[in-house]
Amino acid sequence: MIDVPSPVAVAPLPPATAAAKPVATGRPKMAARGLDFYYDGFHALKNVSLDIAEKRVTALIGPSGCGKSTLLRVFNRIYSIYPKLRATGEVLLDGENILDPKFPLNRLRSKVGMVFQKPVPFPMSIYDNIAYGIRHYEKLSKAEMDARVEQALVQGALWGEVKDKLKQSALGLSGGQQQRLCIARAIALRPEVILLDEPTSALDPIATGKIEQLISELKEHFTIAIVTHNMQQAARCSDYTAFMYLGELVEYGNTEMLFTKPAKKQTEDYITGRFG
Amino acid sequence: MTPSDRLYLKRRLVNGFNLVVSGLCAAFGLFWLIWILWTTFKTGLAAMKPGLFTQMTPPPGSDGGLANALFGSLVMSLAAIAIGTPIGIAAGTFLAEYARKSALGEAIRFVNDILLSAPSIVLGLFVYTLVVAQVGHFSGWAGALALALIVLPVVVRTTDEMLQLVPSQMREAALSLGVPQWKVTVQVLYRSALPGITTGVLLALARISGETAPLLFTALNNQYWSADLSQPMASVPVVIFQYAMSPYDSWHALAWAGAFVVTLFVLLLSILSRAILLRNKAHHD
Amino acid sequence: MNAPQQSGEHTVKGYDAELQRLTGEIQRMGEAALAQLEAAIDAVIERDSDAAMRVVNADDAIDTLEQDVSHDVVRLLALRQPLARDLREVLAALRIASDIERIGDYAANVAKRSLVLNQLAPVGLTSALPRLAALAASLVRDVLAAYRDNDAERALDAWARDEELDEQYTGLFRELLTYMMEDPRNITPCTHLLFMAKNIERIGDHATNIAENVYFLVHGVHIGQTRRKGDTTASLAIDDSH
Repeated sequence: MIDVPSPVAVAPLPPATAAAKPVATGRPKMAARGLDFYYDGFHALKNVSLDIAEKRVTALIGPSGCGKSTLLRVFNRIYSIYPKLRATGEVLLDGENILDPKFPLNRLRSKVGMVFQKPVPFPMSIYDNIAYGIRHYEKLSKAEMDARVEQALVQGALWGEVKDKLKQSALGLSGGQQQRLCIARAIALRPEVILLDEPTSALDPIATGKIEQLISELKEHFTIAIVTHNMQQAARCSDYTAFMYLGELVEYGNTEMLFTKPAKKQTEDYITGRFG
Repeated sequence: MTPSDRLYLKRRLVNGFNLVVSGLCAAFGLFWLIWILWTTFKTGLAAMKPGLFTQMTPPPGSDGGLANALFGSLVMSLAAIAIGTPIGIAAGTFLAEYARKSALGEAIRFVNDILLSAPSIVLGLFVYTLVVAQVGHFSGWAGALALALIVLPVVVRTTDEMLQLVPSQMREAALSLGVPQWKVTVQVLYRSALPGITTGVLLALARISGETAPLLFTALNNQYWSADLSQPMASVPVVIFQYAMSPYDSWHALAWAGAFVVTLFVLLLSILSRAILLRNKAHHD
Repeated sequence: MNAPQQSGEHTVKGYDAELQRLTGEIQRMGEAALAQLEAAIDAVIERDSDAAMRVVNADDAIDTLEQDVSHDVVRLLALRQPLARDLREVLAALRIASDIERIGDYAANVAKRSLVLNQLAPVGLTSALPRLAALAASLVRDVLAAYRDNDAERALDAWARDEELDEQYTGLFRELLTYMMEDPRNITPCTHLLFMAKNIERIGDHATNIAENVYFLVHGVHIGQTRRKGDTTASLAIDDSH
């Protein structure tokens, strides 16, 4: 029933009786420690602590307004472009606190890429969409850049569809292609972590399937955190799942366990559709 | 007849009545517009002649054209655009990108809207007091400045709105690549908002090319050919104003020709800006 | 074990109705199978061939119910994508239905053999069989009640009692072997009785399966311990030394 797509990433199942507890797993690539977040006085995240395991997919689920997107947006400090938002506590990337104002934003964002709900290709050619971010960090020759763009598009599972029209506007691509372009654009910077904020909510089931397949391929190289409203998607794609409610982390653990035998009543009610 | 049938019949009657009334109102408005255009085109076309674009504005009774007025209008309008557009885009960018929801931003937007709807004669008087009275004489620069004050709020407004229309996720996507905000604004957001901003600028150009009042107090007029912006300068609207008020038939004809040229220019600009927007829309769909 | 308590209804009411229908079908199936088992044993005791025929014929009804359950399970999986407790509910229903169906089959088999037995001279031994059957029936009754009440403890208890059934079966097995050795004319009826006893012992095994599924349904984990088997007949050699 619950299909975990790639055998590589499924952590060996702990003995069934012990598995109800959230298991700390592998090496944490990112970690929130006592994280609080405020939107102009509104307490949006309450003392959240969780680990994002390296080269695994971690899904954040919960009803609208539970803080899952907010949490994701703290991980690359993209929230900081808006006024009146404030995060306290720690978010560690390889042990360094990225909330520390001294942590260079440049470095953070080159290591932690993000893809959004709505596919937003830049109003330029497919090639330039990919090259845009790279140019900001590296000076490459034409040939090197061509290779990088190709590599990113191959990794983004889009190369075959666009290799003959790299110079055309990215706005001419279909929604699903645009979203894969956005993923390719993020991975072109060779980040270590990719944050996906409801990446398939604007896509049809086929395009969604392609993105999910892509996620299962990408986790070989990247640490992935995905926010989704689609519980089946969380169940299919992720190795670990965190359930959030009203700004708190209610339950966090092995995806298979969380979806078959959640430890908390709130989680159970939410995933079985008995909420509120 | 069931109650629901009666209700339906009543709705259809009300609908029919409203449809007829609103159609008539639209026809009433269009009637005057078409009449104005028709008169302008008919009389203007009749007054068109090759010399219009080569000869200077004549003294009463003699033959002439509108070359100096057309040139003056063109130069002052372009100068106004050249002054107003960069400032307007910069201000609009500030509003949209840095002061979107702040009190300061809202205050600037409010003031800008006032400026947008300020009577153009007030702008003319303002420049008169500020420049003409200080310098001591009318000049093309003063005219361009007065026109720039009309261009400015239009460009501020369109830039602000067009940048706000760019999905915030595009901004976030670009910023999340680690690119600094100014680069994102210039390289991504402007590109996305460009068709809209261009349209705004074109519409501003259309608007100032017909403005008379601000020029009366600033550039005044000039009967002779002058390419010197520091001297009084002729412009089509002012010449139309002057000639239409005169008792001479040949001047009347020139005024109609000028009106025709300006109307045609404005019409073309409107079509052009619409085409840019449409093409851009088709591109996005 | 802090199992989340079943709480509230689904936002989608139809989902609740479908799940209730499913559990209702299982309960009806269980009751039918239990009635079959009891009727079969009565038929054996009373040597009532008509009653036995009725049991044999009634088995189809249980098979039909099982098909209904399968259909409903497929429907629920496809349309509702159940998770957590709901998923266990659906899975347990599918498995329990197949166990109940087997129990029904064994009851029918017992009835079928009684038809043959009735044509032979009565053997004195038949009284041991009802005792075995009564125990099996009580196991089935218990696990079905445990299913109805989501009572994992009761399921666990029944699960443990299967051992007793296995021991009784082993005893009966020995006894029948002894009879057969004493008088070869007993071989035919005793073989039939042996198979009937085996069928009843298998019913106990299916009851333990149901108990395991009820336990999983409630707690989300499997019964940890491996069962100890009381049935040692597989390694039993004919010991004629006495």
